[in-house]
Amino acid sequence: MAQELVFHGRIIKAGSAEGKALVSPTPISFLGGVDPDSGVIIEPGHPLEGTSAAGRILVFPTGKGSTVGSYTIYRMAKNGTAPAGIICAQSETIVAVGAIIAGIPMVDRIPIEQIATGDWVRIQDGTVYVRKSSAEPEKG
Amino acid sequence: MPRDNDLHLTDEEQAMLAGEAGPAVRKAMEIVTALAKIYGARHLVPVESAQVAGVSYKNLGDAGLQFLQEWADEGARVRVPAFLNPAGMDLQRWRELGIPEEFARFQMAVIAAFTRMGIAPSLTCTPYYVGLRPALGSHVAWSESSAVSFANSVLGARTNREGGPSALAAAIAGRTGAYGLHLDENRRATHIIEVRASVRSTADIGALGALAGELVRDGVPYFRGLDLRWTRRPEEALKALGAAMAASGAVGLYHVEGITPEAGLSDILPAGIPRFTIHDLSAGYQKLNGPLEEVDLVSLGCPHASLEELDEIARFLAGKQVRTRLWITTARQVREEAERAGIVAQIEAAGGQVVADTCVIVAPMELLSVRSLATNSAKAALYARSHSGLETRFGTTEQCLEAALTGRWR
Repeated sequence: MAQELVFHGRIIKAGSAEGKALVSPTPISFLGGVDPDSGVIIEPGHPLEGTSAAGRILVFPTGKGSTVGSYTIYRMAKNGTAPAGIICAQSETIVAVGAIIAGIPMVDRIPIEQIATGDWVRIQDGTVYVRKSSAEPEKG
Repeated sequence: MPRDNDLHLTDEEQAMLAGEAGPAVRKAMEIVTALAKIYGARHLVPVESAQVAGVSYKNLGDAGLQFLQEWADEGARVRVPAFLNPAGMDLQRWRELGIPEEFARFQMAVIAAFTRMGIAPSLTCTPYYVGLRPALGSHVAWSESSAVSFANSVLGARTNREGGPSALAAAIAGRTGAYGLHLDENRRATHIIEVRASVRSTADIGALGALAGELVRDGVPYFRGLDLRWTRRPEEALKALGAAMAASGAVGLYHVEGITPEAGLSDILPAGIPRFTIHDLSAGYQKLNGPLEEVDLVSLGCPHASLEELDEIARFLAGKQVRTRLWITTARQVREEAERAGIVAQIEAAGGQVVADTCVIVAPMELLSVRSLATNSAKAALYARSHSGLETRFGTTEQCLEAALTGRWR
């Protein structure tokens, strides 16, 4: 039986989105850390290095790096390589502004440690529904 | 329950967020309220002006340009006076400076998008030299880091260190979140810096700022023992101090005992804050100087030069001829004043260039075959290395001008 978890967070960009979770245990830098043409995380040594965030619900603690990263997220949306939704433990300016200008639903203050890569996640404004994957978590 | 209740919006603000004033205003309000929530604001405050960074095509790229055009297409218009930070080139003399045609075309498209939004293409990090001097206690949304520091510290206005898009959003929404440096409690000092070193030039001030910024990071330093009687233009020294600390740390506000407007407030110095003593500046000079001897470009005017600084440089250069490239960067309006006063002609006669609308940090220096740079600005020295990979020399205005005359650093 698939287990469903429900979390209530804080709306950063209102909207609804769903998809398979891609969970990063460490912060993500969009400028230089993600290839906007493919959506692949390219930061050397990052736990998700080589994995594409396109169409996924991207789950990570917080953003880091240059403020120009907001425009990287916007460019990913234009290229069709952006995540479908973003969930953070604690949002900061770069990713929040990026999600808003790119039109990507985003919510924060979610206990992200309870979400695993491969879970099916639906965001509806400030609410997050997580259907746990019965399979072993994908290697991220 | 979504925990959005902490931020209280007025009926008008709710309507703007709901899109009743159009999609462009909705987007601006989404940015403003998201940041307000992230940083714990309880309400928004009206802003009197905005200073918008993120203008150079070098930093914006195609994505940034496309975003600005799209926002302008949606009907984005600023509600308060808004001023642009420097662009990637002098809008009139870019060919002379060696800027490629393609870069110029994209840069002009950026300016056009901003202009459609009603923003003045002042293209300067020193809006306070072109008529924008917010009053003590007024709320503004500025983004260039040295301008933020000047507005907060020297003028006593209130602004956070906004990003380009967030300052623009504040200008379009006419508001920003009441958090951070907008609130009294966050304007109190977090560190005391006792200055025991001799400070006698703008370069000394820059070296001091480079050290202090590293010590306090994003704190609010309170300087004691900093004497500015050596200069007739203390504002320029404060401009350099703030710029250096914003580059070596993330300082948005500082106080100088006996000098800056909020330094004398009774509760500005909480008990028990850490105290540092700076006995000499050599570590600061070391941080900003490489082993470089031959200089390609001498760069003055970071932050943008005042009319008085341009005049001083022109007097120094009278009857002399430079061997290196010499750029003195300034606001277009200040350049025009200097032109009328004959100052530009004097500098050009010596082979120097008074460059408007841009600076060495946001111009595409990598396209101009410049490898080494001498400057009197701690900020330019720090960023020329990290942003453009240039070798740097840092010293007084006179040392820099001597290097321009001989081509060598002494």
